[in-house]
Amino acid sequence: MPDTLKTLIAAVDAADSSARLLEAVQDLANAADVGAVPTLIAALSYNNPGAAVAAVDGLIKIGEPAVPALLDQLDRHNYTARAWAIRALAGIGDPRGLTTLLGAATADFAMSVRRAAARGLGTLNWPQFPADELEMAQAEALDALLFVCDDEEWVVRYAAVTGLQALAAAIWHSQPDWRTPILAKLDQLGTQDPIWAVRARVWWAQQQLQQLPEPPTSVGAEPIHEVIANWRSTLENLYRRKSQERPLPEGDPRRFRDLAASMTVPLPEA
Amino acid sequence: MPEPPFDHDTNEAISSDSLTVEQAIANLQGEDLGLRVYAAWWLGRFRVDEPLAIDILITALDDEADRTEAGGYPLRRNAARALGKLGDRRAVPALIQALSCSDFYVREAAAQSLELLGDPSGIPALLALLQDQIPGTLPAPEPPYLVQPYDAILEALGTLQASAAVPLIVPFLQHEIPRIQYAAARALYQLTPDPREASQYGDRLVAALAGDELQLRRAALADLGAIGYLAAAEPIAQTLAENSLKLIALKGLLETQIQQRQPPGLNEGAIRVMALMDELL
Repeated sequence: MPDTLKTLIAAVDAADSSARLLEAVQDLANAADVGAVPTLIAALSYNNPGAAVAAVDGLIKIGEPAVPALLDQLDRHNYTARAWAIRALAGIGDPRGLTTLLGAATADFAMSVRRAAARGLGTLNWPQFPADELEMAQAEALDALLFVCDDEEWVVRYAAVTGLQALAAAIWHSQPDWRTPILAKLDQLGTQDPIWAVRARVWWAQQQLQQLPEPPTSVGAEPIHEVIANWRSTLENLYRRKSQERPLPEGDPRRFRDLAASMTVPLPEA
Repeated sequence: MPEPPFDHDTNEAISSDSLTVEQAIANLQGEDLGLRVYAAWWLGRFRVDEPLAIDILITALDDEADRTEAGGYPLRRNAARALGKLGDRRAVPALIQALSCSDFYVREAAAQSLELLGDPSGIPALLALLQDQIPGTLPAPEPPYLVQPYDAILEALGTLQASAAVPLIVPFLQHEIPRIQYAAARALYQLTPDPREASQYGDRLVAALAGDELQLRRAALADLGAIGYLAAAEPIAQTLAENSLKLIALKGLLETQIQQRQPPGLNEGAIRVMALMDELL
């Protein structure tokens, strides 16, 4: 470990006030060194929002090399720290975060965790997914986001709308048929959500999606009515599963076991 | 050094199926004082706006059975809080009466609930309380032993558009307790019709976002969200506080900006606020 990194880490450990901790974490985050990852992750649980923001920024800057540690050390007992870690995972957008984000968005008991995960599900770094698993991953993210659009907390629904908008933009050409359930959900929220801020965010999403160019006419695509029928049964299955799983207090990974097993994203060579 | 813990997600951990509406209403009339206090809170928390629940809560504002050692009225406090959330203006006369309660916290809850119910008939009593003209009211039982729940009273006067109160509110901008200064700034912002003149009060709250104490920054965030002061958008996004609280404050700004309450209805200010909110998710 280079001396400068050691000094920066030592400054975080030695910080004896809120302001000094913030400053030390900011300095360490700016170094963007993979050796800082454990210290930055630890800073997520200090209950110092400024330091946590700086640590998240630093982890995102470090990017992919921070992902295994983030997944490994997701704090199961401290939801504030977990929300920050999910934000970092979402910001990095690494495919290995998908199953964690799916579980967190749909089933975590803390709204700050569900909200960060819902946004992250839309903004994953899709080009990094293996080509033969991209569609399945995006379909799972879409399923989860449509479900989370009905969360009981407004801020989680708001985040789900931003995720849905990002996912819609990502699949606009590759999966034009998926636009039907997305636009239907946005239409429903934009006219019926009890919280006006959520409706406003839906209107903005609709405006931005309307500006996307039309895809070229697809040849031999599945007839639209069949797609809608498939979606309906997919959604019914999802809702049935969720109504059984919701009482679980923590993100339950069982739902995503099959997908997790099929995800064979190779870890970078050490 | 870690900040003191702040449990901004606590409400979520509460399960609504721990009680039924029938049980809560029955408990509120029962013998067990602990269950009565809990039932009063529960009816407000889960917005049980049934006429029977309202009637019993109004009756509970006169409760004499439940007293603390210091002479407080826990059931009255919870009943007053619940009535504000239930949105039934039948509760207004009883809440005005509760402004004369000896218990500081009952008066505080009553002022907050009168604000929530949006009924201006409470203004004269609120003004009398602000000037400490209601006999028999005891100060707060803890330091700094406030004589009256000034912040709740000031906020209610602002929301209820009590324009005549302005000269009485202005001195509270200099109150020794910052939270009360903020409440005065918030009320004066709401009561000042000229936007340019009003902005000086909004800017006081923006300045408070740069303060040293997290607790006070949180208070300023709540006040800025309540008045929807657009010029505060970027300072809110940048202040050192939990994203959850910043998002709630920005939601207040956004909802003030939505011009027509149907699509598209978005102006430049609304989009600016939403872009900031997206970054805080």
